[in-house]
Amino acid sequence: MVFAASIPLLFFLILAMLLYQSRLALFTFGPGFFFSSVWNPVKNQYGALPFIYGTLVSSLLALLIAAPLGVGCAIYLSEVSASRFKEWIATMVDLLAAIPSVVFGLWGIFILGPIFGLSLMSAGVLLAIMILPTITAISREILQAVPGTLRESARALGATKWETIKLSVLPPAASGIIGSIVLGLGRALGETMAVTMVIGNRPEISGSLLAPAYSLSAVLANEFAEASSDLNFSVMVEIGLILLIITVLVNGLARLLVWKMVSNSRIQ
Amino acid sequence: MENGQQQSYSIRKLKEKVFLALALATALLAVIPLISLLGFVVYKGIGALNLDFFIHIPVPVGEKGGGMANAIVGTMMIVGLGCLFSLPIGLLGGIWLAEWGKGKRGFLIRYAVDVMSGFPTIIFGMFAYVLFVLTMRRFSALAGGFALALVMLPYITKTTEEMIKMVPRTLKESALALGIPEWKVMLFVVLRTAWNGIFTGIMLAVARAAGETAPLLFTAFNNQYWNFQLDQPTGSMTVQIYNYAISPFEEWNRMAWAGSLVLVAIILAITLIVRRYSKRVVYG
Repeated sequence: MVFAASIPLLFFLILAMLLYQSRLALFTFGPGFFFSSVWNPVKNQYGALPFIYGTLVSSLLALLIAAPLGVGCAIYLSEVSASRFKEWIATMVDLLAAIPSVVFGLWGIFILGPIFGLSLMSAGVLLAIMILPTITAISREILQAVPGTLRESARALGATKWETIKLSVLPPAASGIIGSIVLGLGRALGETMAVTMVIGNRPEISGSLLAPAYSLSAVLANEFAEASSDLNFSVMVEIGLILLIITVLVNGLARLLVWKMVSNSRIQ
Repeated sequence: MENGQQQSYSIRKLKEKVFLALALATALLAVIPLISLLGFVVYKGIGALNLDFFIHIPVPVGEKGGGMANAIVGTMMIVGLGCLFSLPIGLLGGIWLAEWGKGKRGFLIRYAVDVMSGFPTIIFGMFAYVLFVLTMRRFSALAGGFALALVMLPYITKTTEEMIKMVPRTLKESALALGIPEWKVMLFVVLRTAWNGIFTGIMLAVARAAGETAPLLFTAFNNQYWNFQLDQPTGSMTVQIYNYAISPFEEWNRMAWAGSLVLVAIILAITLIVRRYSKRVVYG
């Protein structure tokens, strides 16, 4: 009990530590911190907006690319193919999840860099590749949790494979699939190294996808340990706090969606 | 099938064909990144890889040779420390969840474990920084190990719980019926039966931890020289690859590819071997 309870305890300790260490920045800037886009540590001017912008835009871009691909791939693996070829694809997509993010970053610098430059676009594409396995694997599990009788009854009524999937497999799986996509979003929001390496690291909101940007996680990776003053350090911790709150909210929501789906199907 | 009657059979058949083709196309597209990534890592890495890489420490730019021997050992050291911290808590926590975690408390803890597995890992690095680096006033392998332990903890807890739940109840009950005390039953019957699966989970957690960079950036930091002391900055393969990758020197970039090749080979080997022994996949 004590050991199991230590995990939520750690959870709260981390949150408490972030709140405590960022108190200086919280009191100094208040809510204005979220809306200011000036970032000049030398003059003690700090605004988190460029980082929030970079994190959100790159992650949404990743989602736009990875969600259709991942769900399509899951449908193929769970509903369409029955061959050995399927196992190959499933294994390869799973292996993609095992690659360290610094290697993704390296690949991104030298392969995506020449195409899109070090920019939001590169970060989005790279993140899409990194969250693809999450979306595919969990969507696949959700689809497999849909009872086989639903498919059989649709087929027995003369539905084609596509109609079966559209009318009797996807509707009960929808909330779980959305959960898997949101889980992918949570992963993209928190990803650090690969983004740091390809996003260009410039705290600006240019509006262009091909321009360099910055993200919450990237600014932590680059500047956290180099904080020059108490205020600067406190600001970095507050950025960590923002990042944590965003990802915890997104992840918490996703887990609930996925859990509901999987436990419902177990009852059936 | 709201408008099934209005559509002719051939149109429905065509729709199905289009859909099946699309599904296949997404599956193929999903595989391309891995092939490209592995292809480049092998192609660029193999040229820079030689015996020196495994037995020498890094050299300044411009000098020939040099390797990552200290970083390879450093990664082992930090991941080992991570295991030391996370295994007792993860194993015991998982056992508790499987055996006694039915009610609301169990639900909350399970939820916390799940959400924690989605934490940005750099947050763990910040936590370890405040806890260790600020108090000890220096970067250390210890801080890095602690940060990695936090990365591994949710995975170990989760697999332990799942594997123990798969042990048949009858096995435990017959052992209890023989009058064996409960802790002995847990240790010598339940845990032993589930051990293969749990070990799989631990190895996957190790593979993941070995590939982490962000939690090490400001905990273990980096070190260009050999270090075997737990309270000193320690090099790791991932941080070394990162530094080489973002450097402007071609020589160093080549070293980054070589390091990636070795790291990916180690991690994929662990993952593939483990997958052979257990069909269950642990999702990130």
